[in-house]
Amino acid sequence: MSENIMLPHPHKIIDIIPETEDVYTFRVETSAKVKHGQFFQVSIPKIGEAPISVSSMGENWVELTIRKVGKLTNEIFNLKPGDKIFMRGPYGNSFPIEEFKGKHLVVIAGGTGVAPVRSFLKYFYENPNEIKSLYFIAGFRDEKNILFKEDLKNFRTRFNTIYTLDRNIIEGFEVGLVTEHIKKIPFNSFEDYNVVIVGPHVMMHFAALECLKNGVSEEKIWVSFERRMSCGVGKCGHCKINETYVCLEGPVFNYTKAKNLLD
Amino acid sequence: MSYCVSTKRMDEILKVLQKDYRIYAPVRFEKRGRYSDTDLIRYAEINSIEDVVYDEKSHFSPKEVIYPITQALFYFTEDEYRESKVDDKKILIFARSCDINGFRRLDTIFLKNGGAEDIYYKRLREKVKFILMECKESWDSCFCVSMGSNKTDNYSLAVRFDGDNILVEVKDHEFINLFANEREVEFTPEFVTSNPTKVNIPEIDSQELLEKIYNLEMWESYNSRCISCGACSAVCITCSCFNTLDIIYTENGRVGERRRVQTSCMHEDFTTMAGGWSFRKTAGERMRFRTLHKIYDYKVRFKDENMCVGCGRCEERCPKLISFSSTINRLYDEVEKLKKGEVSRTREQAPSTEEGK
Repeated sequence: MSENIMLPHPHKIIDIIPETEDVYTFRVETSAKVKHGQFFQVSIPKIGEAPISVSSMGENWVELTIRKVGKLTNEIFNLKPGDKIFMRGPYGNSFPIEEFKGKHLVVIAGGTGVAPVRSFLKYFYENPNEIKSLYFIAGFRDEKNILFKEDLKNFRTRFNTIYTLDRNIIEGFEVGLVTEHIKKIPFNSFEDYNVVIVGPHVMMHFAALECLKNGVSEEKIWVSFERRMSCGVGKCGHCKINETYVCLEGPVFNYTKAKNLLD
Repeated sequence: MSYCVSTKRMDEILKVLQKDYRIYAPVRFEKRGRYSDTDLIRYAEINSIEDVVYDEKSHFSPKEVIYPITQALFYFTEDEYRESKVDDKKILIFARSCDINGFRRLDTIFLKNGGAEDIYYKRLREKVKFILMECKESWDSCFCVSMGSNKTDNYSLAVRFDGDNILVEVKDHEFINLFANEREVEFTPEFVTSNPTKVNIPEIDSQELLEKIYNLEMWESYNSRCISCGACSAVCITCSCFNTLDIIYTENGRVGERRRVQTSCMHEDFTTMAGGWSFRKTAGERMRFRTLHKIYDYKVRFKDENMCVGCGRCEERCPKLISFSSTINRLYDEVEKLKKGEVSRTREQAPSTEEGK
């Protein structure tokens, strides 16, 4: 009998870091080899299962940043360090980090969309010489919803950062949607660069259009899709768009492909 | 080799087969139909050849024999989980050409897509042998010929019900001995070569055309017509989508199971994510997705064949009488218009609902 791809495995929670009132980061023990941008099918037996992207990784651990929005995530929030969480994966493709190296990189992320880009941002934070420059625009709804405060502070020291809140005015943060700040990126001065956009569906759509308006060519843009999934391995059908399965060919897509994915 | 077997003798042969096989066929469930006083015909295990309903079309497909509507994947207790099991018996399914061809589509999704095999499907699928039921003639809603699924050679036995006798072609050597004492005859199954219903599959050859198809106004007509019940998918031999669902047993809250439950891309919540965002919000958008999946994008992905096999069950089962063959033909006409540069009604061109009032 072949390996059961639906079989989840128990993993120990090493640490739980509250990011906001309803977003926590769970550090979980695993020896799995994970690439930046991949996701796990995370579950609690008797409650349910959902895809969660990896927000950071290290020697024998990954971090999963989870918003408390439903039955499963409510239950995950009751777990304590030392408890077991069930996972299978990692699944999906990843951001083409090797292609980003040696070039300028622009990362535009909104809300929990910061989570999937955080792992490679941390990589380039640790290895700043591997990239010519990194511009990071992060947008959050309001002060209460700012994620990864410590990382944002660190990123400021090595990256060109624009942090923005939709409405609130607080120190260190601009006001307005991320799309309003894209024109500040000096695309004209870059000889070679890539742009990563991750966030809610609508935000990615308009941020990509804004980038194109600022002269970015389609093939330089990368996005990551979030979809409902019940399997993560091309069987359940939920994440299918046209002939493409987000769990198999995604979640990371080049814009030249992403723009043709019609729901 | 082919044989003529009496119904009584065929029953005896079935009894022998039942030692090793579970035998499934379309069976009549009296007064269980959609309307009062109507019968339901769906697949179930049979005990006698007389249980087989061969002269009516089954309302449901045989897919649920190996891809059950609901299926336990794991059982959980407090600190362990156990994979569900199936018994040792092999499986024989009385099936028609369209359905046998439909299983190939299910095989593609469950065994090939993404490169990983689904063991829950595989462990039942590899037990299956087919008994081809010859279609004497096509039913009104069938369009298997248009979809190229009217013929198959993927069967172990083929049968023709002929009064008190059954003609049987035995292709699989495993079963030859069972028929050793029967009267040999000339028989090979015939296949229908034309249907009353025909469909034209639109040829979609560019992204530009696909985008225009997405904006066709025809999809909006399903917004008021389709009630998103998913009955079409439930009866479709090739629909394979599922949800997973964890349940806790009411008798003991510390014990439960993870189930796989068939679902449908026509359901309103099919693409709804945590937080409430949906990608296909209207019935028309979902109808467009399902139509293109069945007659376009499955073939783009897997190259060989379209997903739909033209069994026509979806339109027979639709409570709102939406005809899938008409939908395909309607789309074909629209695509032809688009290709000729004729004005086809698209969402942009059509008056909005408010303006139309």
